[in-house]
Amino acid sequence: MRRLLLLLALLATPVFAVQPDEILDDPALEARARDLSQGLRCLVCRNENIDESNAGLARDLRLLVRERLVAGDSDAEVIAYLVDRYGEYVLLQPTASGENLILWIAGPAMLVIALGTAAVYLRRRKPVAEAAPDPLSEAEKKRLKEILDK
Amino acid sequence: MLRAMIVELGHFTLILALMLAAVQVVIPLVGAHKDWRGWMALAGPAATAQFLCIAISFAALTWAFVTSDFSLRLVVENSHTLKPMLYKVSGVWGNHEGSMLLWVLILAGFGATAAWFGGGLPERLKARVLSVQAMIGLAFLAFILFTSNPFLRLAEPPFDGQDLNPLLQDPGLAFHPPFLYLGYVGLSMAFSFAVAALIEGRVDAAWARWVRPWTLAAWMFLTIGIALGSWWAYYELGWGGFWFWDPVENASFMPWLIAAALLHSAIVVEKRETLKAWTILLAILAFGFSLIGTFIVRSGIITSVHAFANDPERGIFILAILAVFIGGALTLYAARAGAMEAKGVFAMVSRESALVLNNVLLAVAAFVVFVGTLWPLIAELAFDRKLSVGAPFFNQAFTPFMIVLAILLPLGAIMPWKRARLERSMRPLYPALILALALGALAFAVQTERTALAPVGVALGVWLIAGAAAELWQRAGHQVARLGRLPRADWGKAAAHSGLGIVFIGIACLMAWDVEDIRVAKVGESFAVGGFDIALDRVEKVEGPNYLSTMATMIVSREGRQVAVLHPEKRVYPVAAMPTTEAAISNGVWRDIYLVIGDEQADGGWAVRTYIKPFANWIWGGAILMALGGILSLSDRRYRVAAGARKARGALAAPAE
Repeated sequence: MRRLLLLLALLATPVFAVQPDEILDDPALEARARDLSQGLRCLVCRNENIDESNAGLARDLRLLVRERLVAGDSDAEVIAYLVDRYGEYVLLQPTASGENLILWIAGPAMLVIALGTAAVYLRRRKPVAEAAPDPLSEAEKKRLKEILDK
Repeated sequence: MLRAMIVELGHFTLILALMLAAVQVVIPLVGAHKDWRGWMALAGPAATAQFLCIAISFAALTWAFVTSDFSLRLVVENSHTLKPMLYKVSGVWGNHEGSMLLWVLILAGFGATAAWFGGGLPERLKARVLSVQAMIGLAFLAFILFTSNPFLRLAEPPFDGQDLNPLLQDPGLAFHPPFLYLGYVGLSMAFSFAVAALIEGRVDAAWARWVRPWTLAAWMFLTIGIALGSWWAYYELGWGGFWFWDPVENASFMPWLIAAALLHSAIVVEKRETLKAWTILLAILAFGFSLIGTFIVRSGIITSVHAFANDPERGIFILAILAVFIGGALTLYAARAGAMEAKGVFAMVSRESALVLNNVLLAVAAFVVFVGTLWPLIAELAFDRKLSVGAPFFNQAFTPFMIVLAILLPLGAIMPWKRARLERSMRPLYPALILALALGALAFAVQTERTALAPVGVALGVWLIAGAAAELWQRAGHQVARLGRLPRADWGKAAAHSGLGIVFIGIACLMAWDVEDIRVAKVGESFAVGGFDIALDRVEKVEGPNYLSTMATMIVSREGRQVAVLHPEKRVYPVAAMPTTEAAISNGVWRDIYLVIGDEQADGGWAVRTYIKPFANWIWGGAILMALGGILSLSDRRYRVAAGARKARGALAAPAE
């Protein structure tokens, strides 16, 4: 049993994201820190933000974000600070600048193209009115008249 | 000796399956072209034999895992004698090689099913469908045998296996891949039918009636698979996230979106004999996205370009399969799609147009997910920018399409075919609209934070649910007695659409009203979170079958009444040397209480996380309802009548011969 406990102690790495000791006393600042954290990537993880990640690096970044906020940085300044050090890889939301514009515009552009194509396709079709049954022939008209006059 | 034989037999039948697939590709295709009935008729038995061979092979691999045959490299790397039996079995597909074997097993299974139940199919179409299905099988069997052979032996078998990844030892995850694969691979049937129709140069209502059940089944399995994965993430990862826009998740979400579009456009082909070329294109794209998904997951290219560059063999092989099948199908499409003549005519405002809009929105939404998933790769290769595309992008770029879709859905669904009048179609929906706006306003009133997310989500969800109800009510001619006599397809449609509404409500409320509390609590201490009092009663060390656990006992009460006693755990699996959190969740219709225990602090307290997750179960409940809608539709009388007619014809045909 003692061996097992020792093992437990050795393996007990933090399995938490945000730790209680990280939380700032000022709730407004803490809320900003949480918001910012959710948009920042844990660089060593797979597609995880630092707010959710258990990695040691994520904790360092969370502390760094809080440090900057306490020092009086604005949200934009904190982000600029991190991008400066870690590159734009740290941003989970890619900037809408340069080549990234393609990424942001791709969806709306595709929608316009698709709607345009669909509209052209629908317009080019014969309207329903034209597809109405052929007008009655003379013989049919005569027969109809017979029935109605009966 | 016998054990060795079984594994070798599995290896042998896998090679045999490859040969059979090759035969099944060539003979029926030539037969269909030359109109040789005997050659066409070979497709059925070949499909059956191919399926049996792969089934034996799969059974042999399962046997190796169950008996822990450590002479197989795969078993050593992915199993352990201490694993519970369930996870020994699920270990078969919990790795690359085994999962690809499951992939081809399901593929051959679908082919065999088409052969067994395809009696009503025109002979020539059936031969071509099975031939195309075998082409896919041939490609993937070759992939397995040449790059990912599960039956490789080790010269010196070790005494025990290496893997016991505790995160994967979970029932949610054990059954997540088979369902996803049933979905992915089920779309191969739609693809085979599409390619066969292109070769044939003919698409009609009967074709659509054949394709729709396969697509419906595939979509249903994808729905269940995605929901299982999301549910697993919710309770296992320790903070209650349910969707991460991870490339691997997106890989399953894109085919789901396209399959949903295909389902709807196939209805138009079946009922109105129009939108044929578009439906064929969707069928090709749906399976194309399945292959892209397989490529993304199996090559690991998105997670690391460098890992891919170091070991590109498998990735390139799948990429080649993707290029040949999708490139080939699209070339064939370009050559032949013009021949698909539309018959039905319809006005600008009609059910047909509404379904075109549905298709546009779903397809563009899938395109957004596609671009977002691949963008980091494109940016790195083309512009030398290393960047991330994460949840914030998808939430902004994807959600608008779903909102528009939800706004239009009830109206489009209730419109008549051919020609509709907006104000007339709207009339039965006014009560639903008023209810939706009222409940949306209520959601706005009760929330403390002023976010638009919850009110909009609730209003849209209620609009979908009430709209589906209004449609049923209208179809039943406003008589309760006639509700029960409506075709099952109508009920299926209503169930699937209201399931979507429930998912909307669940996601919006959970994201908007989630309450979180992180603190250090001492044993015996109690604290209040979101109207609940939570007491940390005790923390003890517990020994599990293959793990050690730190287990807390926490008592949740509300206004002095005990609500639940929960046991969040922190486990360590010694063999894998990996800690996991086991959150304790008190499930409820309106909220989940989600507790996580963390590390012991220096002052003797414990780090404790508490979440109140409102409406969380609505997400998976809605997904189940959507899948149920699929089952209801599948069991509709029309399909059963078609099957019955086939039997009757067969019975009559026998004595006549």
